[in-house]
Amino acid sequence: MSLLELKNLKTYFHTRAGTTRAVDDVSFSIGQGEIVGVVGESGSGKSVTCHTMLGLLPQPPAKVEGGSVVFDGEELLHLAQPLLRAIRGKRISMIFQDPMSCLNPYLRVLDQVAEPILAHENASREEAEERALAMMKKVGIRDAEQRARSFPHEFSGGMRQRAMIAMALVTNPDLLLADEPTTALDVTVQARILKLLRDLREELGIAVLFVTHDLGVVADVADRVVVMYQGKVVEQGAIRDVFSNPSHPYVKGLLACRPTFDTKYRILPTVEDFLETKTEPDGTTRLEERTGMKDRLAELEKAIPEDGNGEGSSPSDLLLSVEDLRVHFNSGGGVLGGLLGSAPPTVKAVDGVDLTLLKGRTLGLVGESGCGKTTLGRAILRLVQTTSGSIRYEGEELPAQGSPELLPFRKRMQIIFQDPYASLNPRLTIEQALVEPMLVHGIGSSQSERRERVASLLEEVGLSSDHLLRYPHEFSGGQRQRICVARALAVEPDFIVCDECVSAMDVSIQAQVLNLLRELQDKRGLTYLFISHDLSVVKFTSDEIAVMKEGRIEEFGPAGQIYGNPQSEYTRELLEAVPRAEF
Amino acid sequence: MAEQAQASPKHGSSLWRDARLRMARNKFAMAGFWVILVMFFMCFVLAWFCPDPNKVDLADKFAPPSGEHWFGTDKLGRDLFSRILYGGQVSILVGLVATAVSVAIGIVYGALSGFAGGKTDAVMMRIVDTLLAIPFLVLVIVLQATLSDWSGDATNWIVENFHWNKEFTARLTNVVPLFFALGLLGWLTLSRIVRAQVMSIKEREFVEAATALGYGKRRILFRHVIPNVLGPTVVYSTLTVPGFIMYEAILSFLGLGVESPNSSWGVLIKEGANFLETEIQLLLLPGLFFSLTLFSLNFLGDGLRDALDVKAAKD
Repeated sequence: MSLLELKNLKTYFHTRAGTTRAVDDVSFSIGQGEIVGVVGESGSGKSVTCHTMLGLLPQPPAKVEGGSVVFDGEELLHLAQPLLRAIRGKRISMIFQDPMSCLNPYLRVLDQVAEPILAHENASREEAEERALAMMKKVGIRDAEQRARSFPHEFSGGMRQRAMIAMALVTNPDLLLADEPTTALDVTVQARILKLLRDLREELGIAVLFVTHDLGVVADVADRVVVMYQGKVVEQGAIRDVFSNPSHPYVKGLLACRPTFDTKYRILPTVEDFLETKTEPDGTTRLEERTGMKDRLAELEKAIPEDGNGEGSSPSDLLLSVEDLRVHFNSGGGVLGGLLGSAPPTVKAVDGVDLTLLKGRTLGLVGESGCGKTTLGRAILRLVQTTSGSIRYEGEELPAQGSPELLPFRKRMQIIFQDPYASLNPRLTIEQALVEPMLVHGIGSSQSERRERVASLLEEVGLSSDHLLRYPHEFSGGQRQRICVARALAVEPDFIVCDECVSAMDVSIQAQVLNLLRELQDKRGLTYLFISHDLSVVKFTSDEIAVMKEGRIEEFGPAGQIYGNPQSEYTRELLEAVPRAEF
Repeated sequence: MAEQAQASPKHGSSLWRDARLRMARNKFAMAGFWVILVMFFMCFVLAWFCPDPNKVDLADKFAPPSGEHWFGTDKLGRDLFSRILYGGQVSILVGLVATAVSVAIGIVYGALSGFAGGKTDAVMMRIVDTLLAIPFLVLVIVLQATLSDWSGDATNWIVENFHWNKEFTARLTNVVPLFFALGLLGWLTLSRIVRAQVMSIKEREFVEAATALGYGKRRILFRHVIPNVLGPTVVYSTLTVPGFIMYEAILSFLGLGVESPNSSWGVLIKEGANFLETEIQLLLLPGLFFSLTLFSLNFLGDGLRDALDVKAAKD
């Protein structure tokens, strides 16, 4: 008998705008000691499914419309709150995405790890702390005895996630619900947490329901996978079967549109290439495989250049060179510290970087969080004050930040940010946002000419000119990122810094944006500095790669060399940590 | 991801328009809005058709409500209804003018401070701290005393040069110092709120994008930063209007605000309080107008806060 069984679960949200079928007839099960991955993009209903099981959804607006959730022979959906509470945290535990916001910053770590025992069992404080400490050691918190009395902010991100796992496992639950537990972590840390989960499963025989958007992670950790799309389970089965021989067109598309180390396409297939939504006469929709999908794939495959990297341009076409660049920040202290005469500690975000960018090519800048890659990108654009070093743009030294001579360079260098929600002014229409840079740089002679240019820019990034008078909040994340690209293109730049510009996106949208960037590069001869923590994406986009660690460039060279024959220990470690579906 | 944009018509709806729709759905806020509108009409239009609020008729003092005197008369036989409406003019104007003055100063000061950052910000904020450390009422009283010294001269000057009605001018110069005294000090908290908002907005990526696009500092501040802090500022300022009306009432109650024979709601309440045991309507009726206005303004402010809440707008 399976440990947990979901049958025809339906959770709908009833709001003023109408009914959303967040979970629509979902059935799957988890056996004892099994790891099941639930994969889906944002809005697919995977988290809602998880929360419904534990009765954690606010009702209303959510309403469970039908189905059953049976845990160890007991129906959870209609269980009284006190009985459900006795199961939650005792027999079914949960870990979340953000270990910082899930740990109470005012309580010591040990007290928090011990708390579930005190809440659910009749144990003494000493016994609870002893067991908590033992669990903290088991999940690999180094020097657990000494660090147990620390506060969460004194732990690193990975250690915090370990503390969360210890807290979840301390009551010896039968089932662990892990909701995107590694999404906020660096790849190397993620690899260690995934290994920990597998080891714990072996050791404790615990079943894990692993919810994630990342197919690579699922392939790495799970025995079986459940793929969700638009509130429905589109495919489920053993991980090997689903990955090597997917049957549903959505899953096929999802697997194909994700750049991996082995991706050969120059333009990625998208989910739309595989999937067609057909509307029946009675209003219901049906997902179907798109006809001509095979031709499209063949066409993409044909477009692969012979030498793999298209190393056409000669090294003389130097666009930008960075020499011994340093950006140091004074952290803390502030004005008061300055007055008191105490020297504030210096953070060396960028500490002696040399880089060269070739025209029409993409330089991928990879590194883990806090390595200084974002600061480096901004320093090159003169958006942050540099401490020392030189940046030459086509042989000319870039004027200092804030000097009026910088203005002509601003027109030539642009940036696209990670969060398309924060990078558009919510009070300006799309037209206003795109016309403004032209006004500042004197592009276009009349309002009507600028308006025409805006319309053609929108078409170029795949939006309709009907969208001109709308405001940013009326667009989806992918559309907003297209608008940001259009805004950057409005001044006709030849160099664009893409700062984690697809990192917050679902893979299907990511593929579209990556394709857009590539098409624009081919058409306009753009040069990109592509900053990302995702090594697979960087491999897909970049001709050269720079690996950054603690403010310095660890390794710099052609992409093929970095991925094929890494010289530095750190690069090797990074590459090995990337979860891969290898069967 | 849902393609939100596809369903809506070609013309986009701005955040302001969305806010207006949300506002229209809030019954309490709309009720407050209409009460204030009616109050405005009564004080500024209806008042002109009422009997002279300062006409003394000792033979008819403490008259009960009647057809001639709707709310009765006070200790000097003056028409109470008329005095409440004329008093309302002063009270409402105090609220609005003082708020306008404080919003104007507060936004500019706070935005400059927050946008400049660093040492400029530190110095500007220490000035605010210093002023905040002095009790508000003491400052208002001192400032008003200073400004009032000029009011007599100002009255004469205006009457001589512009030949305005002397009585009207005297009324005006009597209350104007109060407006400005309150307004000049009310901006302190507002500037801190604006500063905090500006500091958070200027970290947003669209401001960085604006820098990268080569926009000047002034353009960024006035077109990209300030419009995005207006929402919270508008909300806060509607909530300060009742505060100013209250301060005027307190000052008048203490005998430091509007001078006799002019009236304001504060003055009327003070006078009414003397006859608490015998003629309670002299206290209750002005008090009713006063409270009703404050209530409505608070409801309106709350409604605006909900309507302009960016979090709500995101969904």
